[in-house]
Formats: sequence, structure tokens, C-alpha cells
Amino acid sequence: MSAIDITLKTAANEHPIDHLLRADRLPHILCPGCGIGTVIHGYAHAIAASGIPEDNHVCVSGIGCSGRAAGYVNVDSYHSTHGRALPFALGIAVHRPELKVTVISGDGDLSAIGGNHLIHAARRNVDLTVICINNFNYGMTGGQVGPTTPIGARGTTAPEGAVEAPFNLPYLAKATGAVFVARWTILHVREFQDAVLRAMQKKGFCFIEVLAPCPTSFGKSNKIGDGLHEVEIYRERCRIENGAANIEDFDIDLVDETKPIVVGNFVDIERKIFQAHKR
Amino acid sequence: MVETLSADRPPARIDDEARRTQPRVRTGVHFMLGDHACAEGALAAGLDFFAGYPITPSTEIAEHLATRMPEVGASFVQMEDELASMAAIIGASAAGARSLTATSGPGFSLMMENVGLAAMMEVPCVVANVQRASPSTGLPTMVGQSDILQARWGSHGDYGIIAYCPASPQECFDLTVEAFNAADRYRVPVFILMDEIVGHMTERVIIPEASEIPHVPRKKPDFSPGAKRFLGYAADDDLVPPIAHAGEGYKVHMTGLTHDEKGYPAMSPDTHHQLVNRLVDKIRLNASAIERYEEFELDDAEVVVVSFGCTARSARRAVREARAAGIKCGLLRLITVWPFPEGRIRRLVEAGKVQRFVVPEINLGQLRREVERLTNLPVRRLNHAGGSMPKPDEILELIRS
Ligand code: SF4
Repeated sequence: MSAIDITLKTAANEHPIDHLLRADRLPHILCPGCGIGTVIHGYAHAIAASGIPEDNHVCVSGIGCSGRAAGYVNVDSYHSTHGRALPFALGIAVHRPELKVTVISGDGDLSAIGGNHLIHAARRNVDLTVICINNFNYGMTGGQVGPTTPIGARGTTAPEGAVEAPFNLPYLAKATGAVFVARWTILHVREFQDAVLRAMQKKGFCFIEVLAPCPTSFGKSNKIGDGLHEVEIYRERCRIENGAANIEDFDIDLVDETKPIVVGNFVDIERKIFQAHKR
Repeated sequence: MVETLSADRPPARIDDEARRTQPRVRTGVHFMLGDHACAEGALAAGLDFFAGYPITPSTEIAEHLATRMPEVGASFVQMEDELASMAAIIGASAAGARSLTATSGPGFSLMMENVGLAAMMEVPCVVANVQRASPSTGLPTMVGQSDILQARWGSHGDYGIIAYCPASPQECFDLTVEAFNAADRYRVPVFILMDEIVGHMTERVIIPEASEIPHVPRKKPDFSPGAKRFLGYAADDDLVPPIAHAGEGYKVHMTGLTHDEKGYPAMSPDTHHQLVNRLVDKIRLNASAIERYEEFELDDAEVVVVSFGCTARSARRAVREARAAGIKCGLLRLITVWPFPEGRIRRLVEAGKVQRFVVPEINLGQLRREVERLTNLPVRRLNHAGGSMPKPDEILELIRS
């Protein structure tokens, strides 16, 4: 068989979510061992399972490695500016409420430069699903610390270790009004996918933090050799506490190996969703 | 026909039925604030979505729309800041909305980030900037005309935009309608560079019948979704590509990264060169269709006053008085400052009658710089830094000198 024969696909051997990826954009830019691909995979599966017509799904990203997610999914997709994915998505969601708008972006994009938009989108309860890929650092620019970097973890702008208290993102989302809040890791493929699906089927501001390895930048500074190594940390230290009320206690501590990383679906409530005074 | 004479605002408290019957186009003769005329112009143009943040002296636009938009089934959102406002109107427009934000200097500065995104993604949108005395917080309640160059060059990099400068509440209405049409026609961000005086001036505004409001639709794909791949950045001869919206099934991708015809990131200097040149050329090469200016007593003029916005009102009076005193003087009033009507100024110079130009403006010489670029003739300037407008006498003195 020639190489061309092998790459030619028939309908029979296509993967069921192939058509949800922009195959003409491959190969992607993500590093080996990066967790972002698994997140995109989960998002695509949730689209397929959502029962919402694919043409009604819209993906919006900000800037950074995670911000590239929008460029790989074969739905109407927008790669906006750094931090502004949420207000950009609000414009779409408010103007066309029948669309299912999902924001996929990174921890730095959504909680640092976009932090103000995050709290206000949650407060308004805009009908958006937000997937926040948290790899504890700025990956694309080479591993600087950010507002999610655990105290003591190193980055190129904190060579002796981060000294600032990081955000506990699920707690932040809950406190500011999100109606669905979850934290998973890319090890929890099923649970993450189910959480995204739940968020898509729910009206209102849904926030899912997903921990993902960044071996190239965060791993390198913190002696986490490769993606698999970080996934092993998740396996050893993650504790599932669905419905837990005390998410303010669920800070992530990567230095103290005795502390659990608590994951789960934490919040699932109903609250009036945002409508822009439309009659 | 226009026959009614109405108060500017709809009644403050009206029952639901009355609300529902408020028309989108308030045809009639009104005594109307410039800021409100801008808002009514936007509604008449088919405004679907407004996102903004309160800022003097533009706030009346948002306040008026907060009342009016629900009446016509459109969406009004007060955002957390101007970064968000600009991002939101681009998102809404990408989903097919005619969208607007309104601001003034400090907010305009914050919007520059996403003005670049709108230019790069080629998403039509309209920004009304009611200019106040600047820089920084400046004189928030007082007039300025000092965002002229920022409007053209404010975001990083090269791109083209369109900017209108209304000189009256009537023009606030008319040019807002035109701004939406130009934004959709050329897939660009369009600015309405008002100023505090025009925005806060109340004058007669005539709003025509809805059927007489010009409407230029966006250029759309000419095939149904799925038939083939839609190329959202493959431009026609006019350098403007067709646009598909979120939810229409064309699987568009839009990015602020340098991109190919599909909209996909393409990290090459060649692609970048082509794209950036097209973004600039689609305005530059269509400039004669976009440019708008008014000529007053120009035919035999030896002294030409070039002016715009509220300052042009003083300039017109000065020109009239100069004529009465026997001076061959005329006014070129810019209605679009961008694209700047270079051709008209060149023709005036080439015709050989003009001996000098006079440029009064409420900044330290932003427009004068443009005029000087086009001629070796003397260009006299009259600059107020902000907070007050050039008076007819001051301009007349310069015309005489
Ligand atoms: S730098 Fe980190 S986050 Fe970015 S692609 Fe590489 S591994 Fe992933």
C-alpha cells in the first residue's frame, strides 16, 4: 500500500469526531505531552453528544497555547484578543441566544488579563460554557508564573518559586455567580467530557477548570519531566468530591505532596440567566 | 413626509403597550440632542446590539439606547469596561448584528486593542467617540477634537478605517446611518468622531420615513453552507471579501493572527504582506467612493479654511464675514476625516488660485499636519488645546492676515 493509500480515509474508518476537527489544520502546534489536545477531544465529544445541531455550536478563544483551541475545532470559531474571549463570546451569545457558545482558553488569559471579564460574565450569568485550561503558567511565552501558579512552583519570572497566593478558580467562579462549576484534569477524560456536556445542556454561566500538563514550560521549571509524569501526579493526588460545599479549601498545592488535589462537579444551581433587555 | 414635531425623549414612563408601539425609525421633525441623534441614527440603521461603558460626554447615547433598544427588540448591554465593550460589539457583529459602542477619549484608548482585532478580522462595527479635551482624563465635560490621529493610527500596525465628523445633530443622525452602511460595505470598524459641543447641542433633526433610510447589506457567500469551503478572506476586485456569520453553517474561523483566505493562521511574511496591504488598500483604493466633504464658496477662493466638526460652524461664519468684507475665501468642511480627501486638496492647489490655507481645530495641529503634507502653500493654524472652540473672529483674523 502506498503512503497515499494509507492516508486516504474512507467513511468506514473515520473516527466519529473527525469531522469536528479541522483536519486541514494538522499538524497542530501543541508540544508532545501537552494536555490541550485532550481538552479539545473532550469538547468535540461533548458537541457530538449534546444533541445540539453542530451548526449551532460556536467556539471562542483568547490568546496563548490554550487560545489556539478554537482554531482546531470545525465549528464557527473565533480566536479573539488576549483576555477578551468572554466579552467577545457575550456578544455572540446575546445576539443569537439559540447558539451554544463555548469559550476555551487558558488560566492566564481568563483569570489574569481577562479576570475582570470573568467575574462580570459570571455575575451576569451569561449563557456561556467556559473551559479554562489550567497549566499553572504562561506556556506559549515560555513558562512565566501567573495568577494560578501554586506558591513555591517555579517559573522563568519566579526562579526561586512563586510567592503570590494563587486563585482557586472554582471558588472564584462560584463566588461570582457561576451556575455550574467543576474542576477536572485531563486524566479524568470521561468526567471532564460529562461536565462539558452538562454545561452545554444547562443555561447560564458554566465554568470548568481542567488541569493540563505543560511539560515544555511548567514541567521544565518544576522537574515534572513529561506530560505522563504530571498525569501521574494527578492520579496519585486527585480526590473526587462531587458536590463539595467547601471549595474555598481546595487550593492546589504542588509542593506539599501530602495535600490532595480536589476535583469534581462542585456547583450545579439555577439562577436567572442574563438577557440584554431584549423583548 | 415629515410633519410631526415631537419632544426629543419618549415619555419617561409609558405602559407596555405604548412601549411596544414605539417605532424603530422615529420619522418626524425633532428638537434633538446630538448624542440622541446619533442613537436614533443607529436605530434607524438597524442597530441590533450595543455594548458600552458610561463616559462623559457620550453617556447620553447609552442612556437613550437603554430606553429605546428594548422597545424595538434589540440588545443593550452595559459592560464592565471599554475593552469588553469593543470585544462584545465585534462578537455580536460576527454573529450578524449591526453593533455599536459609544465612548470618549479614555475609553477610546482602551478600545484600540480590539479596533485592531476588528480591522484584522474584518468585522464591521461602529464606534461613536464624543471627543473631549485630552490627553488622559483632561477636561471630561469640555470639548476636544484631539482624537483625529488616534482614530487613524491608534491600534498597533497598519490597517484602514473610516471616520466621520458630524457638525450638527442632523449629521449625527445621518452620518451614523452612513457609518453602519460603510462598515458593512467594507468590513471595517467605522468611527463617528463627534465632539462634546456637537454631542451636547440641541437642534432641529429631521428623521425621514423608514423606507428612505439607505441600507447597504453585507456581502454574503453566494452558495449554501456545505456546498464547498467558504473562504471568508478571499477578496473580490473591490478587495472586500464576503462574510458569513456564526450559526449560518459555514464553519468560519476568524483570528487576529495573520491568516490565509480560509481564515487559518498562516505564519509567513508573504501572507502577512498581502493581508496587511489589502486591509489598507481596501480603504485607500475605494477612497473616492467613501470620502465626503462639503464645499462652501470654494470656486474662486484664494484663502481656504479646512475644518470639521463643531469648529466648522465657526469657520463657516468667518468665511461668510470674510466674503462680506470682499475677501475671496471658502470653506472645505471635512465630513470624513478618514479617508482624508487628499485628492480634493491637491486639485485646489493645482488649480492655482489658492494662496493659503487656514486650519482651525481643537487640538495642537493634527489636521494641519495632513494639509501641510499635500501642499507647499502656507498653512495658517489656529489651535485650541481643548475646552473651548475657535471663535469666528479668531478665524476671520487669520483669514485676513
Ligand atoms: S508550551 Fe505547554 S501549554 Fe503550550 S503547547 Fe507546549 S506543552 Fe502545551
